[in-house]
Amino acid sequence: MGITRFLVRRILTGILVLWIVATGTFFLFFARPVSVVARQLAGRSATPQVISEVIRNLGLNQPVMTQYWRFLGKTARGDLGFSYYKQIPVRTILAQDLPITASVVVGAVLLWLIVGLAVGIISATRSRSLFDRVSTVGVLAGISMPVFVLGELLILFVFLPLNEHGITWISTGYAGLSGGLIPWTGHMVLPWITLATVQAAIYTRLSRGSLLDTMGEDYIRTARAKGLTERRVIYRHGVRAALTPVVSQLGVDIGGLLGGVVVVEIVFSLPGLGAESINAISTGDLPVIIGFVIIASVFVVVANIIVDMAYALLDPRVRII
Amino acid sequence: MSVTSLEFQAHAAEAAPEEAIEGRSQWKLTWRRLLRDKMAIASIAVILVMVVLAIAAPLFVSLTGHGPEQAFTNSGTTSSGAPVPPGTHGFFLGTDYIGRDLMIRTLYGARISLFVGILTTAIATVAGVAVGLVAGYFGGWVDTVLARFIDTALAFPLIVLALALAAILGPSLAIVIAVISFFSWAGISRIVRGQTLSIKEKEYIEAARSLGAGPWRIMFIDILPNLLGPVLVLATLYIPTAVVFEATLSFLGLGIPPPTPSWGNILGEAQNYYSVAWWYVVFPAAALLVTTLAFNLLGDGIRDAMDPRTERIFAAGRKRRKNKPKAATEPGALPTLTVSELGE
Amino acid sequence: MSDTLRDAASPAPLEAAMEDDVLVRVDNLVKHFPVRGGGIIRRTVGQVQAVDGVSLVVRRGQTLGLVGETGSGKSTLARCVAGLIPVTSGKVTFEGRDITNLSRRAMRPFRREIQMIFQDPYGSLNPRRRVGAIIGDPFAVHKTASGAARKKAVQELMERVGLNPEHFNRFPAEFSGGQRQRIGVARALALRPKLIICDEPVSALDVSIQAQVLNLLADLQSDFGLSYLFIAHDLEVVRHVSNNVSVMYLGRIAESGPKNQVYDTARHPYTVALLSAAPAADPDAAAQRRRIILTGDVPSPINPPSGCRFHPRCPKAQELCSQQEPALEVKPGDPAMHQTACHFPVQAGETLARVAGRERR
Repeated sequence: MGITRFLVRRILTGILVLWIVATGTFFLFFARPVSVVARQLAGRSATPQVISEVIRNLGLNQPVMTQYWRFLGKTARGDLGFSYYKQIPVRTILAQDLPITASVVVGAVLLWLIVGLAVGIISATRSRSLFDRVSTVGVLAGISMPVFVLGELLILFVFLPLNEHGITWISTGYAGLSGGLIPWTGHMVLPWITLATVQAAIYTRLSRGSLLDTMGEDYIRTARAKGLTERRVIYRHGVRAALTPVVSQLGVDIGGLLGGVVVVEIVFSLPGLGAESINAISTGDLPVIIGFVIIASVFVVVANIIVDMAYALLDPRVRII
Repeated sequence: MSVTSLEFQAHAAEAAPEEAIEGRSQWKLTWRRLLRDKMAIASIAVILVMVVLAIAAPLFVSLTGHGPEQAFTNSGTTSSGAPVPPGTHGFFLGTDYIGRDLMIRTLYGARISLFVGILTTAIATVAGVAVGLVAGYFGGWVDTVLARFIDTALAFPLIVLALALAAILGPSLAIVIAVISFFSWAGISRIVRGQTLSIKEKEYIEAARSLGAGPWRIMFIDILPNLLGPVLVLATLYIPTAVVFEATLSFLGLGIPPPTPSWGNILGEAQNYYSVAWWYVVFPAAALLVTTLAFNLLGDGIRDAMDPRTERIFAAGRKRRKNKPKAATEPGALPTLTVSELGE
Repeated sequence: MSDTLRDAASPAPLEAAMEDDVLVRVDNLVKHFPVRGGGIIRRTVGQVQAVDGVSLVVRRGQTLGLVGETGSGKSTLARCVAGLIPVTSGKVTFEGRDITNLSRRAMRPFRREIQMIFQDPYGSLNPRRRVGAIIGDPFAVHKTASGAARKKAVQELMERVGLNPEHFNRFPAEFSGGQRQRIGVARALALRPKLIICDEPVSALDVSIQAQVLNLLADLQSDFGLSYLFIAHDLEVVRHVSNNVSVMYLGRIAESGPKNQVYDTARHPYTVALLSAAPAADPDAAAQRRRIILTGDVPSPINPPSGCRFHPRCPKAQELCSQQEPALEVKPGDPAMHQTACHFPVQAGETLARVAGRERR
C-alpha cells in the first residue's frame, strides 16, 4: 500500500481525533450556565466587572452552537483564548512554557529508550547471569516506584546532601539553554532520571522478554545453524523483531508520559506546561487549562502518528491496513 | 455389550496413577506452586499486614488519642511552626505541617489507597472481561467498534482528563475512582479480547457450537474459565497501578481533597517541608512503595506459578555454556558425533 | 474391546436404495472462502474453492466413508453438513428437511440428531472443565436432564464407551489420547443422535489405540442404529468401517460407491493411485504391487485446474480432460451405485504403472 498512503491515512485519522477532542472539550467546559462558565474563565479572584467583560468578549450569551463554531475556528487558527487572571493570551503562556516541557520530555524519552533497550538486550543475552538478576530486581523496584515519590526521594537524598556540600550543579528550577549547556543539564538531570527510571524499567523488562521470545523462534535457530556469529544473529535478526512490541508500547505510553511530565515539573519546580496547568486549577484560570488540553491532545496525536510510522517501517505487514 | 472387570483394569492402568477422584484442577496446582515461592509468600504477608493495619486504624486513634484530622498546634509543631520529628510527645512518626499525627494519617491513607486500588480494579475487571469477551467472540462490527473504543481509552492521557474534570467539578474521590476505572478497564479489556480471539478458534469451542450451545453459554461457560488465570494476574498487577495513580492525582491536587489523608496528598504537602522534615516524606513514601512492590511481586509470582515453562528457557542457556567440547586426543579416533547424558 | 479390527457390516443390498433409507442428502454443495486482498477496503481478490459441487448420501444405520488428502475439502464439507459454517450454495437435507444455512435457533432441534466427533483429542475438550461437565453439556444445552439424573446419564455414557465412571470429576489432561476420544464419543452420543460426523477421529491416535476406538464406534453403531459420515485419509481405516465410500479430490467427488466396488474395481485414476500407495499388511502382496507415483503436489484450491481437476497429475490425461469437467456418473459395466467422474476410467485389468513412466518428465 505504500508508506505515503499509510501516512496520509494516519494524518486524516489524527485530524478527526483532534476534532472530536476539541468538540468534547468545548461541550465539557462551555455547555453549562453562563455565569458559572464566565466565573471560571475569569479566574477565581475576578471582579464582577471582569466577569461581564468576559461574557461580552467571548459571546457567552449567544446560542451554544454559535459559540461552538467560533471556538473551533479560533482553535484551528491557534488562538487558544485569553487568560484573564494573567492578562495575557494563552498562546503566549504556552509558548513560554513549551521549551521547558520539551527539554524534559525529549531528554527523558531518549534516556529511557537507550537505557531500557541496552539493559534489556544485555539481560536477555546473558539471562540468569548476575547482571540479569540484578537488573531484574532493579526493574521490579523501578516499576513499583511512583514518579513523584522517586522525585522527592532524589531531592531528599541527592539534591539536598549535594547542596549542603557545596555542589550546586544539580538543582531544581530551570535554567534555559541560553544560559549555557552545563547549567541547563544540571537542572535537567534529576528530572530526566526521575521520569526515565520507571519507564526504563518497563522497557527493560519488555525488550528482555521480547528478545527472549524471539530468540526462541525457529528462524533464529536456523540463522545460528547457518553459521552466523551469535552477535549477528542477535543484532540483525533478533533485535529487529524484538523491537516491534517496544515501539507499540511506546505508542501507548505517550498518554502516560504527559502525566509523568506534569508530576516532574511540580516536584522539581520547573515552570513548564504541566506546572502551569496545575496552578491554573488552584487559581481557577480555566482558559489556560483548556489551552493545555488542546495542546496535549495535539501532542498525543502527533506522537502517535510518528510511532505508527516507526512501527510500519519495522514491520512491513502493518502497512496493509 | 457389557464391559467386563478385566477391561476395567486395563483402562485404569492407562489412566494417571490413582489419585483422589477429585481431579487436579489448574487452581490447586497453581496454589501449590505459589506456596513454594518465597517472594510470593512474603508479598502476601505484607499485603495482609497492610490490610490489617488499615482496618485497625481507628484502634490506633483510640490508643494514641490523635485523630487523623486533628491538628495539635501546641504539641505537634515547633515554636517556629515546623513539624516535630518522630518520637516527640507521643507522635510515633512525627507530625505534619499543622501538627497532625503522621502515623495516624498514614494509616488512614492506607485505607483510601487500598480501597481505591481494589474497588477500581474490581470494577475494571468486571467491565473489562465483559467487553473483551463480547468484542472477541462476536467479532465483526461489534468488535471493530469496541476495539476502537478500547484503544482510545488506552491512549488517553489521563492526567488531562483528571485535570479537566477537576477544573469543572473540583477534586474528589469520585473523580479518582471514575478516571482510574476508565483506564484500567481498557487495559484489561484489551488483553481479554486478545485471549478470546485466540480461544475462539479452538476445537472445543467448535464442539460446543456443534452441540447447539448459544454464544452466551459458550462465552461464560467455555471461554471464561480459560481466561480466569491471565485475568487474575492482570488484576493483581492493576491494583498497584491504581494505587499509584490515586497517589499521583492526590499529589497534584486533583484527587482526594484535603483534609482527608491520602498518601498522595500528604506527600504533596510534604513538598514544602522536605528540607526540615524528612519523616514527612519518608514514611508515606515508604508505605506507598512497600504496598506497590508487594502487589507487583505477588502478581509476578502468580504468573510464574501458573506457567512453569519459563524455567526451561534459561536452563538451556546455562547447559550450553557448561558443555564445552572436549579437545581430541588422537586425530582419526574422533567419532563423528557423540551424544552423552542428554537430558532435560 | 479387543485390539483386532473387526469388519463393518457388509454393504447394503442394492435393492434397499430407497428414499426412506436416506438420512442425509447433500446436493451440489459449494463452499467458497473469500480471499481478501490489501488496500483500504478489503476487496475480495479470489476464492478458495474448498468444496465445489459435492453430492452425497448417508443412509440410515450405515457408514459413508469420505476419503481424501489434505486440501481435498473433506473437513470443510463435514462442517457444512454439521451446520458449523454457512454454505455458499447447494443443499443439505436431513430426513427430507432442508437444513441448509438455518439460523441458530432453527438449527437447534437438529443438533440433537446430528453430532460430531473431532480429530484432535487434545484440542476438542475444554482443558478447564471436568470431564463429567463436558459429557453433560448436551443435556445442559438442550435441557433434557439435570442434577442427579444428568450425572447418572453421564456415568452411563462413560461406562458405555469404556471409561471408568468414577473419573467423571477429572480433567481432560489426566486422560490419554485414546481415552479423550472416548470422551468425545460419549459427548456425541449423549442425546442419542441419528447421525455422527466423524472428522478423522483416529488420525491422531497410535495404531493400537485406533483399533479400540474403531471397534467402539462399530459397536455403538449396531447398538444404537447410528449412521456415520466417516472422514479420513487412511484408506485401510475407511475400508474397515464403511459401507459406502466416496473419494474426494480438490473439492469434488472423484468416485463413490459401495466399498467393495470402489476398493476392488476402482475406476478413477486417482483412486487407483491412492490404493496402490496404501501400505499392505502382507509383505509379499506389497512387493508384487506396483506403486503409482503421482507427480507434483495437490494444486491450490484457489486456482484449481480447468476441466477435470486431476488432469495435471493423471497418467491417463488427454486433451478432453483439461477442457471438460467429467460428470459423476455410472460407467458402463458398473452397478448403479458405483459412480465415477472421469473421461477415461481405468478398465478391468488395466495397469497404470506402465503409463506412469511417461510422467517422469
